[in-house]
Amino acid sequence: MRRNLVRFFLVLTLCCAPVLFAQTSTPSTSDRITKLESQVTQAQSSADNAWMLTSAALVLMMTGPGLALFYGGLVRKKNILATMMQSFAMMAIISIMWALVNYSLAFGPGTSFIGGLHNVFLRGVGLAPDPDYAATIPLQTFMIYQLMFAIITPALVTGAFAERMKFSAMATFLTLWSIVVYSPMAHMVWGKGGLLNASLGGRFPCLDFAGGTVVHITSGVSALVCALYLGKRIGYPKEPMPPHSVVLSFIGACLLWVGWFGFNAGSALGSSPLATSAFVNTHFGAAAAALSWAAAEWIRNGKPSALGAISGSVAGLVAITPAAGFVQPMSAILIGLIAGAFCYFMVIKVKAWFGYDDSLDAFGVHGAGGTIGALLTGIFASSVINPIFKDKTGAVLPSGALEGNWHQVGNQLVGVALAWIISIVGTLILLKLVDVTIGLRVTPDDEVEGLDLTQHGEEGYDFAS
Amino acid sequence: MQKIEAVIQPSKLDAVKDALVEIGIEGMTILEARGHGRQKGHTEFYRGREYTVDLLPKIKLEMVVPDELVEKAVQAILSSARTGKIGDGKIFLSKIDDAIRIRNDERGPSAL
Repeated sequence: MRRNLVRFFLVLTLCCAPVLFAQTSTPSTSDRITKLESQVTQAQSSADNAWMLTSAALVLMMTGPGLALFYGGLVRKKNILATMMQSFAMMAIISIMWALVNYSLAFGPGTSFIGGLHNVFLRGVGLAPDPDYAATIPLQTFMIYQLMFAIITPALVTGAFAERMKFSAMATFLTLWSIVVYSPMAHMVWGKGGLLNASLGGRFPCLDFAGGTVVHITSGVSALVCALYLGKRIGYPKEPMPPHSVVLSFIGACLLWVGWFGFNAGSALGSSPLATSAFVNTHFGAAAAALSWAAAEWIRNGKPSALGAISGSVAGLVAITPAAGFVQPMSAILIGLIAGAFCYFMVIKVKAWFGYDDSLDAFGVHGAGGTIGALLTGIFASSVINPIFKDKTGAVLPSGALEGNWHQVGNQLVGVALAWIISIVGTLILLKLVDVTIGLRVTPDDEVEGLDLTQHGEEGYDFAS
Repeated sequence: MQKIEAVIQPSKLDAVKDALVEIGIEGMTILEARGHGRQKGHTEFYRGREYTVDLLPKIKLEMVVPDELVEKAVQAILSSARTGKIGDGKIFLSKIDDAIRIRNDERGPSAL
């Protein structure tokens, strides 16, 4: 009897064993690989998104308080708040415009010249990536990053008409400008189907990594048109109008330098080795240009000024912007050295020759710096840093002139020329329109009293209180 | 009572104050001023434009002292403010009709 019982339990155990094994069996290898691939992609996406959100914040910081301080320190005390308010107004207004319609015009599908209305009210701009633009980050990250560029570009233009433009006219003009000049240019260089888009098969592929044409040439050239159209400040150039606080400008310029890492390295659209290249180039471009502007001043005036050194660094940052993700570090130093000296010449000599009152040198630094930077990009672009051009078999083609692709200089010229033309034509039309309807300049009495009081009812400094 | 107005170099303020306190003058008003006599200004450069700055920073002291202290005060200022270079400043004296202490209506030299 007991032997049968033992045999019974032995058989029972043997029958149960497979069940035990089934409960703890491991998933198949291919399941594990699939899961691993998904985790790796998520990790990559997290890294890229972290950097891109950080970069977006850095670029916004460039406008507020970077540019606000840089420009603010250069004007007279009575106009400090009004000048800062112009940058801040862009932060507020352009953000809304971007969400409503400008993002769609810049980055939505459309023609070679402008996007359409597909993405108005940010329709279709969700958290899933758009592989055409950036495959590893949510499209909303891309959108918000690009918004910061759209904010700073019109803010740069304000430098041309500082101390004499009505707030209402400025806000209206720059809002329209963001639609008519910025959005098309951004679309042509960076948007799907854009005429100048080097990454997405544009007809005239223009190498513009972070916006030398889109941001700096458009703002700088438009600034020149504004300065010429509005005319000089009362008392310029006889009456002395030195900066009321180079201290503020200094702080602003340093914030611009740091923020520019987001502007250029963020344009890699991920936390990749390309971002490193852009970061490194940005830094060396700024440093080299600060030195060349300071050296030029030292030679000409006998002393290197703080204002000169920081202006030089901004000029270098402007010039390296189109080149940041395309050139070798030593080329970045050379570009910086050239830009510092060239922009110094534009601001000191050329402005005096023609006599225009580009109050804060938006054209001299951004227009000129962007132009020379875009052209030098065509010379120095290296496929070793960024293999942007490939043939049908996928083999890498030379990028710039020094690599053998002299044709690229021609493409750069097309981009530069288009930026100049759209800026001049668009700005002239809009200035005329706003002048006729609202009136651009403040009254002479208001200009003398100061914009802080007359436009905003405030005083920037009240040390007596 | 006489009013002493002294325009001096800003760097001499501490020395002048100490010298005046030492001879018994403790009440004075100190203003930050800009100006020049025969002292030339200097040029500054901003973005390639030259600016001549001829309004130079100065300190102005004002004090009202009893007649018997006036000459001592003047000597104290002269010896402590002088550097021997153009730009040292000037002292002006004028007669004061009356002085009144706001706290308690006191008038005359005892209000000083």
